[in-house]
Amino acid sequence: MQQSVSIRDLTLNFGSVKVLEHLNLDIAQGEFIVLLGPSGCGKSTLLNCIAGLLDVSDGQIFISGKNVTWLEPKDRGIGMVFQSYALYPQMTVEKNLSFGLRVAGMPKAEIDQRVARAAEILQIQPLLQRKPANLSGGQRQRVAIGRALVRDVDVFLFDEPLSNLDAKLRSDLRVEIKRLHQRLKNTMIYVTHDQIEALTLADRIAIMKNGVIQQLADPATIYNKPVNLYVAGFIGSPSMNFIPGTLDGETFTANDGTRIPVGAYDFVTRLSGATKSVLGVRPEHILLGDAARNMPFQTQAEIEIVEPMGSETLAWTKVAGVPVTFRCSSDIPLHVGEKVTVGFDIARGSLFNAESEARL
Amino acid sequence: MSMTATIPAGTPMAAGANEPRGQRPKPFFTPKKIMLYTVLVFFSLYYLFPLYVMLTTSLKTMPEIRFGNIFALPTAPSFDAWFKAWSSACTGLTCNGLAPGFWNSVKITIPSTIVSIFIAAVNGYALVNWRFKGSEIFFSILIFGSFIPYQVMLYPLVMITRELGIFGSLQAVILIHTIFGMPILTLLFRNYFASLPQELFKAARVDGAGFWRIFFEIMLPMSLPIFVVALILQITGIWNDFLFGVVFAGNVNYPMTVQLNNIVNSAQGTPEYNVNMAATVLTGLVPLTVYFVSGKWFVRGVAAGAVKG
Amino acid sequence: MADTAAPLAMGAERVDRPGLLQRIFLHNVPAKIAALPMVATVLVVFVGCVAWTIYYSFTNSKLLPTGKFVGFDQYERLFATSRWNVSVWNLIAYGSMSLVFTLVIGFILAVLIDQKIRFESAFRTIMLYPFALSFIVTGLVWQWIMNPTLGLQGTLRGLGWTGFTFDWIANPRMVLFALLIAGLWHGTGFCMVLMLAGLRGVDEEVWKAARIDGIPTWRTYVSIVIPMMRGVLVTAVVIIGSGIVRLYDLVVALTNGGPGISSEVPAKYVFNYMFSGGNIGQGLAGATMMLLTVLIIMIPWAYLEFGGKGRRT
Repeated sequence: MQQSVSIRDLTLNFGSVKVLEHLNLDIAQGEFIVLLGPSGCGKSTLLNCIAGLLDVSDGQIFISGKNVTWLEPKDRGIGMVFQSYALYPQMTVEKNLSFGLRVAGMPKAEIDQRVARAAEILQIQPLLQRKPANLSGGQRQRVAIGRALVRDVDVFLFDEPLSNLDAKLRSDLRVEIKRLHQRLKNTMIYVTHDQIEALTLADRIAIMKNGVIQQLADPATIYNKPVNLYVAGFIGSPSMNFIPGTLDGETFTANDGTRIPVGAYDFVTRLSGATKSVLGVRPEHILLGDAARNMPFQTQAEIEIVEPMGSETLAWTKVAGVPVTFRCSSDIPLHVGEKVTVGFDIARGSLFNAESEARL
Repeated sequence: MSMTATIPAGTPMAAGANEPRGQRPKPFFTPKKIMLYTVLVFFSLYYLFPLYVMLTTSLKTMPEIRFGNIFALPTAPSFDAWFKAWSSACTGLTCNGLAPGFWNSVKITIPSTIVSIFIAAVNGYALVNWRFKGSEIFFSILIFGSFIPYQVMLYPLVMITRELGIFGSLQAVILIHTIFGMPILTLLFRNYFASLPQELFKAARVDGAGFWRIFFEIMLPMSLPIFVVALILQITGIWNDFLFGVVFAGNVNYPMTVQLNNIVNSAQGTPEYNVNMAATVLTGLVPLTVYFVSGKWFVRGVAAGAVKG
Repeated sequence: MADTAAPLAMGAERVDRPGLLQRIFLHNVPAKIAALPMVATVLVVFVGCVAWTIYYSFTNSKLLPTGKFVGFDQYERLFATSRWNVSVWNLIAYGSMSLVFTLVIGFILAVLIDQKIRFESAFRTIMLYPFALSFIVTGLVWQWIMNPTLGLQGTLRGLGWTGFTFDWIANPRMVLFALLIAGLWHGTGFCMVLMLAGLRGVDEEVWKAARIDGIPTWRTYVSIVIPMMRGVLVTAVVIIGSGIVRLYDLVVALTNGGPGISSEVPAKYVFNYMFSGGNIGQGLAGATMMLLTVLIIMIPWAYLEFGGKGRRT
């Protein structure tokens, strides 16, 4: 597959602070990549480097096969959408869309055609003569996307575009961005700290921490086979349950002595001898009652807290001496103090080395 | 664990040795940069030149001034002119120098600053937390009033202070400074108090604290920054005042600015430029000290004065 | 204005609603007592004194404000007095130049300072310190620098540049420029601080968006940033404008209205008639004209800011 964006050995220092260090990333043509991480992890910085808004300290950036490391943002073939929309407040929507093209000296007919196309795609034709102050947040963000659209570029960059919107609008626009990607088939690089956005939109997710990509993979892999404790804990809500203990051969012994057979686990690396490790299992992979009885591991647990969420119920209990949450259908009546049988299949869980935090 | 999740870059565009890499090459001297600093330095000279002239002239002797040039450094710097300006320069009436004016300015500035800030703080607090019918209207007129030229209100105020029996005294100047400092200071405190969390005030009320108790025990302890800003604004503003001093203070209480102007502009005989400049420096010393010591706070003060509610 | 501030006073409305009089006088008593100085200032000074001045400007008061009503006589006399007309003309000429140059220089300096320069705070300190000094100090320093024989002119001639002329304070046709140089020295730093605050208030992402759109820097300033700074610009115009109308101390210190009456200004005219000319009616009429000028500046601004649809962003 043709590479659309390629980042080689990228390093960025602010003074003596290393923000990004020897970062490599290849993005295929038409791919939707999400850079995900908490604030300060370097994801927005990386995006700004790709856009050319930040000068890199070392390394190279290629876009569509061209080395753009020293190019101005406008010459890189990118469009960018910002969290604060960054619309020009004194100009109408139409002027906002066309300003860059007019400054570049494009013929008026072509400008009109491009603006019309963008307005059609984003369904903002009725808004063209309005000023940003008279638009809602969702409409503003559409216009901001439109401004990237009229540039007719290969790569779209999104810098937390939905963070300023309320929850309802956010999910609406999320779907719209996905639709846009399916229609345009451009390469899109999308920065967010919202894992739902990442999981729903991405072809591949790059999870970042302290300027380093922890894992780069498709959403299912990230969710089911996190490469380390950090990724495992970051993705998923409520987050994965962690049971600390010791792994020896095919048996995991929790700190309270509970033994969990892990023969069915698909090891990445096999260790010899006893190793301090952490067993992780997602709340929805813990089953209850009859279903639990067919699981390789099962135990008795007492329900401590019940949180009905409408479509499902979240329950808190203790397994192997540590707090564990599990998810079940809201049809099952659960009561505090009730003893239930819970169980899970280690094949769907994860094991991590407690010291290196890497997946075993 | 490898620190990056790299996809092997087996693509045809492997980097050549001369490909752009790392930082954009930036020449140290670009025409743009040279222009930028040239203009900044030019303007800096414009701003600094008077300070330089003031200081050097004040340290020269009269013959040196008469036969030398204005750029030259004093050959034998002496503070004689400073002493003369301070204690024996003539104003056309008396020959006591600036010292009486300095002390008058001190006597005017300190009480005016304290009174005006206190009243404005209470005003701002009442306007934010204890609004009553019409309070916003009074406030709007107050702000609008701050743009009215003083000359419009000057004569009636002379009559009022005369009626009160304080015309030509320090009390009159202090009163006038309190009045005309009120709009800007009230605005300052009002905006500051409005920016504090309202829950704090509500909680205090629920606890049964009254107007003054909340003011002194909750609001004041949280208001140090705005007090500093107000203090800077008032000290420099009142020290630099000329008009109110000349009208309301009376001959014996003339503040330093008025004395200075009299020494330079109404003195008889051959002008002594070194003494004049020494007097000018002395008068500017207090606000300059406030300015250099307060640094960023001064900027905050002038900027705060500019933002409207 | 701040409609966000919770009208907590309302919270005190209890079930047994007190009568109207009680509510006006007994409700919220400590707050009203505390606000008394403000209320008194507003009523006595900003309303009372202004009304008094306007009223007595229509009388023939001479040494004492006791005269009888004479309609617009004082105003007719005012505009028949060459000294007043010169003052007004000076104010218009000086004021428009000062306003334009202060804004332009203040803005340019702010833009330069905003270019991530080295020694930013040193430059800022240098530009703003004159603003901390009084107009009297400003006027006297520049009076000395512009002294024709011993100041800049004398020095440069002495150094061999015999054709150099910088006698503006002694030259009736140039004296306003002398005032301007001193006035700009004093006030441009302040304008720069205002503008810089405005520039720094512009969303950084707007700058990024403009760079991606390929808008040249100067074009970004002209087409995007300046329109976004409307609020700051208007505030600056109002503050600088009302300062210009008040212009008094600087003239007294620098030229004392001279040479002749060539640098007289209305504030000085008013002052002289009130306190040494023995013609209060004239002074009051002049003061009323000053008030009118300020209103002409203020009313469009107040309308823009607070009127209309109450739109404020």
